[in-house]
Amino acid sequence: MPGIEIESLRELRVAEPESEQEVSEALRCADGEGVAVIPRGGGTKLDWGNPPRRAGLLLSTARLNRIVEHAWADLTVTVEAGCRFAELQRALAAHGQRLALDPLWPEQATIGGVLSTNDSGAWRLAYGGLRDLIIGMTLVLADGTIARSGGKVVKNVAGYDLPKLATGALGTLGVITQATFRLHPLARNTRTLTLAPADTAAAQALLLRIQDTNLAHTALQWRAEAGRPPMLDVLFEGTDAGIAAQTARLAEVAGRVSVAELGEAVWRARQEIADRGSLVKCSVLPAEIADAMGAIGRTGDGNWRAVFQANGIGWISVDGPLEPLRSRIEARGGSLCVLRRPRGHSPIEAWGGAGDALPLMRAIKQRFDPKSTLNPGRFVGGI
Amino acid sequence: MPLSAEILHRFEAVVGARGVISAPDELRTYECDGLTAYRAAPGAVVLPTTSAEVQAVVRICHAARIPFVARGSGTGLSGGAMPAANGVVISLARMNRILEVDFPNARIVVEPGVINLEVTGRVAAANYFYAPDPSSQSVCSIGGNVAENSGGAHCLKYGFTTTHVLALEVVLPDGSLVHLGKKTLDAPGYDLPGIFVGSEGTLGIATKITLRIVKRPECVQTLLAAFPSTTEAGAAVSAIIGAGMLPAAIEMMDRLAIHAAEAAVHPNYPECGGLLLVELDGPEAEVRALMEQVNQICRAHGAWEIRLAQTETERMLVWKGRKAAFASVGRISPNYIVQDGVIPRTRLPQVLHRIEEMSAESGIRVANVFHAGDGNLHPMVLYDHRVAGQEKAAIALSEKILELCIEEGGSITGEHGVGEEKKHMMPKMYAEPDLDTMQRLRCAFDPHLLSNPAKIFPRTRLCGDKPGEYTPHPLEVAGVAERF
Repeated sequence: MPGIEIESLRELRVAEPESEQEVSEALRCADGEGVAVIPRGGGTKLDWGNPPRRAGLLLSTARLNRIVEHAWADLTVTVEAGCRFAELQRALAAHGQRLALDPLWPEQATIGGVLSTNDSGAWRLAYGGLRDLIIGMTLVLADGTIARSGGKVVKNVAGYDLPKLATGALGTLGVITQATFRLHPLARNTRTLTLAPADTAAAQALLLRIQDTNLAHTALQWRAEAGRPPMLDVLFEGTDAGIAAQTARLAEVAGRVSVAELGEAVWRARQEIADRGSLVKCSVLPAEIADAMGAIGRTGDGNWRAVFQANGIGWISVDGPLEPLRSRIEARGGSLCVLRRPRGHSPIEAWGGAGDALPLMRAIKQRFDPKSTLNPGRFVGGI
Repeated sequence: MPLSAEILHRFEAVVGARGVISAPDELRTYECDGLTAYRAAPGAVVLPTTSAEVQAVVRICHAARIPFVARGSGTGLSGGAMPAANGVVISLARMNRILEVDFPNARIVVEPGVINLEVTGRVAAANYFYAPDPSSQSVCSIGGNVAENSGGAHCLKYGFTTTHVLALEVVLPDGSLVHLGKKTLDAPGYDLPGIFVGSEGTLGIATKITLRIVKRPECVQTLLAAFPSTTEAGAAVSAIIGAGMLPAAIEMMDRLAIHAAEAAVHPNYPECGGLLLVELDGPEAEVRALMEQVNQICRAHGAWEIRLAQTETERMLVWKGRKAAFASVGRISPNYIVQDGVIPRTRLPQVLHRIEEMSAESGIRVANVFHAGDGNLHPMVLYDHRVAGQEKAAIALSEKILELCIEEGGSITGEHGVGEEKKHMMPKMYAEPDLDTMQRLRCAFDPHLLSNPAKIFPRTRLCGDKPGEYTPHPLEVAGVAERF
């Protein structure tokens, strides 16, 4: 894939606007001059997606890092895009609350970057992804237009839901400067239980069996690694009485499969995978995880690691040609995105097929950023 | 200008003579939706039975530049399904099949004319349900729910329609068929289901919808608490949320709304100034432990009567009065306007107090029911259109209530949509560049502005010619100006 590599992005001129107005001016200026802009938050995922076709300016949100309003009694927070995720969480915790999301590199990653890459982890099963948590947004378009959408109330259908459009758009439609989220209370108590099914088939059956109960688990993930048996981790939150009852029920559902407590470290699996070299995100139907695991095992040099959430979203570290894996997963209705490409293998397009909606996506890009100023080429279909 | 005979023939060629309604007296049903104060006579109603027929009908409209609007069950409350004068109504009522049920993956694929409650009906035997539950759920269609991003009493915990729509087959305003999203999560590209849901029919017509279904919780309990007034009830709501609970629903009714419900469906509610319904669901041990706390909180905030509904029959009775709230107001007033404002939950006491004052000033009565957990108010402004000036005064009051919601940092609509009714309020909530940006999106879908064209926005932005493709500067091509 031709394009500009991350090393040269790091040498680019950097603009660090201090206000929304300055972001607007910087963008209008760059757009007028035909300078391509790469928005940057914490810089943890700057290499995700395809390398940009052009790059003239890194637009950093580092100085837009205030928590604007934590309306704790209303369970909402408005925060600037450059605020580090963990910093926000610490402020919310002071009132017993959290943004119910577990993204990668929380100490470095910013709100804007987490939103733009739609990065969610294991908690998504219970609390939804970013699209379910974001309720308002300020987006600065390439021509400098400052556009607010949504609001600061949880329920609001006035106008188009632009916060969802910009979530996961990798900065190709505008630069997010501020976001408002709905919040959840911190868990009263938690317990993590780990089940060890005999093999992949048993793991698939048990995962579906747990999903078909009325257990109210917060997370359920399937960990797998070359040469090791699969593990299923379950997270319960709630009152002591509730957790005790659910633990007993889980043991019944597990049948002869052993249930152990290995502690909360098991939830670091996704982060550990992301900290290795290559990183692939794939999404399959919950009942197809075993098939995907099998295909992953046949990819590359046999040194792989993967974690799938029970919702079918998986994170994989594997070195090898990824086209066969993508073909298999796409043929079964899923998708595979190469977030960080394995080194030493032929480059692969990052996103895979966007289907018959691609012309519509291009039309949206054309209306929002007609000169392709923002992150040109990094997104789906060359957007 | 009325539709030509030739256009009507073309429609008939697609859907047959029985699929086209054009007799003026038969068209009257389609002049409005649940918001009957706004009406326009369509030129024709077309009833396709397949996606291909919808495409063919839309192509005819597109070629002749005739505006069209999709219609489900016509229960909308903001005029979303009101046609353009002499435009075409595309009714999806005949596309009402459930196409696929997939329990292992908890998905169901339906056509847009399927009724909301039928989805739950189809999966109930396996202990699943479809979570969004607007009060009209026994008659409203999934296609209409998608257009309006419908909520309901239980969206506090389970989310809105948008949370539950994974993929859509859509006929775009030029007649092309596209697939937005996938049966799997996080389809590559922009979140198009995320913007299509709630777009009020302005971006195209959904012809196939993939929904999530949800496993029924082990236990559901509903507590009913009677407070002296809505102030104490509101304080109890804040305390419940403050204690770190996320109930499945919290509903509140004021004295006038309770009277109306009693008159209509006799739910045997206690006579009080503020009635609270709190529903918890989940594992039984969890629900029992938390319900005990809810009970204590309500008592501490002055509740003098508390009933706990534990069986399905008891729960249905408790919910009966609330679900019938809109319709039952007809028992105490000849006419009424239902509003749908949202405020930050903590502003509830102040806002209710202001509504009371405004009601007294104008002499117009207001009955209040709320989704109290998420701050969604449904004030029902009561009037008699036979009394000179009352209708006007009622409309003025209901708009003042919405302005109050905006002032308090809220929204003009939580689940009913902007539609025709509230489009003139949009500039009070959003600035010009905000609305202009939304219209950029609409232009990407519908550059000729044919799909429900006059809704949501007070002024329609012309889409103009597409801006030209970006061509790189020659210096850039040469690599000279890449970095500056």
